[in-house]
Amino acid sequence: MTLADLKRGQQGVITDVSSIHIPLKLLEMGCLPGNSVELVQVAPFADPMYLNINGSHLAIRKETAIHILIETVDE
Amino acid sequence: MSKQINVALIGNPNTGKTSVFNALTGLNQKVGNYPGITVEKKEGVCKLPRGVKAHIIDLPGTYSLNASSLDENVVIELLLNKNDKDFPDVAVVVSDVENLKRNLLLFTQIKDLEIPTILVINMSDRMDYKGISLDIDYLEQQLETKIALISTRKNKGIANLKELITNFKELSVKPCMNASSIDKTYFNNLRKAFPNQLLYKLWLVITQDVNFGKTDRKTIDAVSDFKTKSKADLKRLQQKETIKRYQFINETLKKGQTIDLKAAKDLRIKLDRILTHKVWGYLIFAIILLTIFQAIYDWSSVPMDFIDSTFASFSEWTKTVLPEGAFTNLIAEGIIPGLGGIVIFIPQIAFLFLFISILEESGYMSRVVFLMDRIMRRFGLSGKSVVPLISGTACAIPAIMATRNIESWKERLITILVTPFTTCSARLPVYLIIIALVIPEGRIFGLSYQALTLMLLYLIGFGAAVGSAWILHKVLKIRSKTFFVVEMPNYKLPLLKNVGLTVLEKTKAFVFGAGKIILAISIVLWFLASYGPGDNFNNAESIVTEQYATKDLSKEEFQQKLASHKLEHSFIGIAGHAIEPVIRPLGYDWKIGIAIVSSFAAREVFVGTLATIYSVGSDEEETIKNRMAGEVNPILGGPLFNFASGISLLLFYAFAMQCMSTLAIVKRETNSWKWPMYQLFIMSSFAYIVALIAFQTLK
Repeated sequence: MTLADLKRGQQGVITDVSSIHIPLKLLEMGCLPGNSVELVQVAPFADPMYLNINGSHLAIRKETAIHILIETVDE
Repeated sequence: MSKQINVALIGNPNTGKTSVFNALTGLNQKVGNYPGITVEKKEGVCKLPRGVKAHIIDLPGTYSLNASSLDENVVIELLLNKNDKDFPDVAVVVSDVENLKRNLLLFTQIKDLEIPTILVINMSDRMDYKGISLDIDYLEQQLETKIALISTRKNKGIANLKELITNFKELSVKPCMNASSIDKTYFNNLRKAFPNQLLYKLWLVITQDVNFGKTDRKTIDAVSDFKTKSKADLKRLQQKETIKRYQFINETLKKGQTIDLKAAKDLRIKLDRILTHKVWGYLIFAIILLTIFQAIYDWSSVPMDFIDSTFASFSEWTKTVLPEGAFTNLIAEGIIPGLGGIVIFIPQIAFLFLFISILEESGYMSRVVFLMDRIMRRFGLSGKSVVPLISGTACAIPAIMATRNIESWKERLITILVTPFTTCSARLPVYLIIIALVIPEGRIFGLSYQALTLMLLYLIGFGAAVGSAWILHKVLKIRSKTFFVVEMPNYKLPLLKNVGLTVLEKTKAFVFGAGKIILAISIVLWFLASYGPGDNFNNAESIVTEQYATKDLSKEEFQQKLASHKLEHSFIGIAGHAIEPVIRPLGYDWKIGIAIVSSFAAREVFVGTLATIYSVGSDEEETIKNRMAGEVNPILGGPLFNFASGISLLLFYAFAMQCMSTLAIVKRETNSWKWPMYQLFIMSSFAYIVALIAFQTLK
């Protein structure tokens, strides 16, 4: 599944990042394979998405989120 | 004189870098520009122990040394150029204790440049609150640095930081990790090709276009036995580098930092639940905007009235004190009213910048970006366009510079093109004086009609911006990658010192920047209004005497007739009459016409110009407002500034592109005269048509 499928409050781990679509800046902010990710809040129509990646809080658009693969963590 | 230590403050955005800068330099700071570009350059002087002085430069915030904007590029240009006079003897990397992991990425890159580096861990007062503890000794050892744990909020640790800067020679210049292991053969070849250059420096030059010394990218490309990689390969390598750096940071922090999640309390979650809520979030944003406008209007009216009347009496006073003559008239009728026209809007500008800097400092602005992105995208804008559009209410110039962090060129260009529609503070004096003249007093639901009119004008400006953005979105055929990422910083209580310094700095820049233009224009206008060609002006006295020979005029009345005759036949009167046919359909007379024409240099000149024109030849102490209220429409009779002409003027100023500085900035940011010229002609013709319709319907 991709980051765009995450529900509010749900947590996951990034497994792969499609490098052609993801700019370096996002990687530098911690969006890298192996890092944890949580969906904190969504704007209307679930876009943009307010995330907590590896302790960094940032918002990205859904169109970017679909290029980030994740696995959910069940608690 | 001993040499000053050059210190560069470097750090991610939202780490409190500017607070550290303010704590070190206090009021000993100045803001300028980097030569040739419009990036703000902040520098200051700091007194260190034992009589040493440091020259501190606050570099633009950046997440890494891989520049993606003009601002970030400044950081790299400086750090790679040893010959730059500002090249740091010591780099101070500012980080935030809550975002240490991400902040350290930049730190490890700086260390690779082998510059003496101090790591500042700021906001240490938040550690207990978030359950964070740090093993400083271990971190200093692993990161090959000295750490200053400080809190600018509680004013702790600053003395220690100053001590570390003074002893910068003791700092290690060893990198804390080896990034070149991501591709050993590649980096070995690079080292062989340029044995005298720093490896990481070469790598930075290869991956981005930076000028430094003699080894620029082209020479690297040109070396035959050294094959550089394709763009995609380089990007993949940069990713590997980032991952490598994070691995090192994660390992270091595993031992050096412990976070007790049970002890952590999170205000952010609670606040975000409301402030970014689908309904409450928007409602709160609307209420905040409404409050700001009501406050700006109500709070500044008292000091503004005071300034207005003070300048009127000051001008009168100069006339009585100084000997009569052309020079006195120039001061009393040209310079003082001109200056009054600028000083009068200090209160409002200060309040506006106060609110904007509170919104930015508190972290709320990022929430607005988040809330608005989806809506703004429909109009071809980005959520980040909200920041320029809001700061455009202060001044379009910094607003247009604030578009630099918009990643997509199309979204950025549209934002730049429509920002001048937002109601900047230069429009305020025009609005205020016209509103005071033509909109009745009185209140509805506790809000005054006048404040509501002002609010409406702000909405019109915003609506024009968004509407034209939508049109541009449909018309412009630019394909650019859209991409959007915005950091959501922690909520912070704004620091009084930071807010105060911002307000002071911005107001000062505005007053001196605009002040120069206004002063020059008012002097020129005074000359044009006080002298004229031909008999009609030079023999004014005899002509007027003859004209009114049959009527019994008092001395005062005669003086008035004489003054208005002179003004009408002065240079400015002749020019005004020449353009009158164009502006008469809008309900203006030639005097307003002159004010509008001179406003094309800068809008705020309007009030000053009218003040100068109306002052010439007048002996009475009167405020600008009263003079304007007394003007009579020469054709229709009745007050010149009535409801119809007032609304027409308001609308004209709402839409017309009357600011040379903005045009110059747009030229610089878009790198072409095409876009500013479009702005000038399209906006101004639109303004003319709307004003024409308004006056013809309302009169």
